[in-house]
Amino acid sequence: MIQPERPDAPTVIVACTNGPLLVRGQVDIVDATGIPVEHQRKTVALCRCGVSTIKPFCDGTHKLIRFRTAPESE
Amino acid sequence: MRMDTVSRFQERGPVSDCLLRVIQDPAQTATTRLNELPDTLTVALGCTADILRDDDLQLALFVLYGLSYGGVVAADDEWEWAPALVAARRSIERMFERELRSCVPRPPLPVANPDAVAAALFELTSPDPGPSLARYVAKQATEAQLREFLIQRSIYTLKEADPHSWAIPRLTGRAKAALVEIQSDEYGGGRPERMHSAIFAGTMRALGLDDRYGVYVDNVPAITLASFNMMTMFGLNRRLRGAIVGHLAAFEMTSSIPNRFYGNGFRRLGYDSVATWYFDEHVEADAVHEQIAGRDLAGALAQDEPTLLADIIFGASACLTVDGWASEHILDAWSADRSSLRSPLDASAHAA
Repeated sequence: MIQPERPDAPTVIVACTNGPLLVRGQVDIVDATGIPVEHQRKTVALCRCGVSTIKPFCDGTHKLIRFRTAPESE
Repeated sequence: MRMDTVSRFQERGPVSDCLLRVIQDPAQTATTRLNELPDTLTVALGCTADILRDDDLQLALFVLYGLSYGGVVAADDEWEWAPALVAARRSIERMFERELRSCVPRPPLPVANPDAVAAALFELTSPDPGPSLARYVAKQATEAQLREFLIQRSIYTLKEADPHSWAIPRLTGRAKAALVEIQSDEYGGGRPERMHSAIFAGTMRALGLDDRYGVYVDNVPAITLASFNMMTMFGLNRRLRGAIVGHLAAFEMTSSIPNRFYGNGFRRLGYDSVATWYFDEHVEADAVHEQIAGRDLAGALAQDEPTLLADIIFGASACLTVDGWASEHILDAWSADRSSLRSPLDASAHAA
């Protein structure tokens, strides 16, 4: 049985298999100097493979470089 | 985006001719034309060679669905649930679905859990390095071809997200929450000016096109209508909720990278960030949506209703196949220096 979410439920980061970090919940994103990075949507995907053209956000390019979050099993 | 509707589309054969005449009258006025519809339809369904590319039947289905969407064709609201028109819709849908189920490739089914389903969908939709419409637009499309591209896309995109929204009350629990999370973003997160359909309308205006829904229906080929009709059929039939979920997952998973290319094509021809906002928005948005759609929407639905697994994969494969054919149609025409439109654009129609 899933419990109702508490009002102070923490922001959750989903480490997507072979993909970005999906951040769901209230979060402040700032650059290295502390200046806020503008973001419009409630859930954001942060680049984890390093090749996104819109860092810190994901643009799906991890699929072109076949980024893997775990060693290939075969 | 203006909301006035196109008064009438050009008929493309006996069924669309009959239907378009029928809905010109108020629904209370039973006409002899209405009585002619079932037989006309039976004949047309009996002799169609390929319903996906049948202009007459795809336009008829598009008009029938338009009665439920609203804002597509000027008609008495009462026509939406007129039994004879619902029956006509069902007849076309039956053959359309049968044809899709026979021509769409059926990849092997994964285990019905979120990880396996997401992995299978990402594998199915993995980017193809070969020639594509997106690369053509990025590298060599002309100004006129960009306009054609927007016209072809406008059939769905001026109603972006609506076909999948039909599925919201047909889902429950995790899958419903995931679909609403995606759709909320599609609809601008509470800001109408950020609705994806509204942003796309801005791109159309930036290229001097008319952004009213349906203005270019007469110009687009059957396969473009079929792509939109397929989504609507999947969304409007509760039985096909697995297929609409799979469709959305595949749609989102094949969006971010092509949209970057599309944006590059418009930038190459000197268009500013107002014109490319739609594409830029999708690069970022759909990188989020594809993760939600794969695991939380399709994956959770497969786990909660394992009997829908085959249709989830079918819907994804149908999206890739039919949209692939629609893109191929455009690319083939352009490669042969032809217009991809069914009827060429009237020079006055895109005067800003």
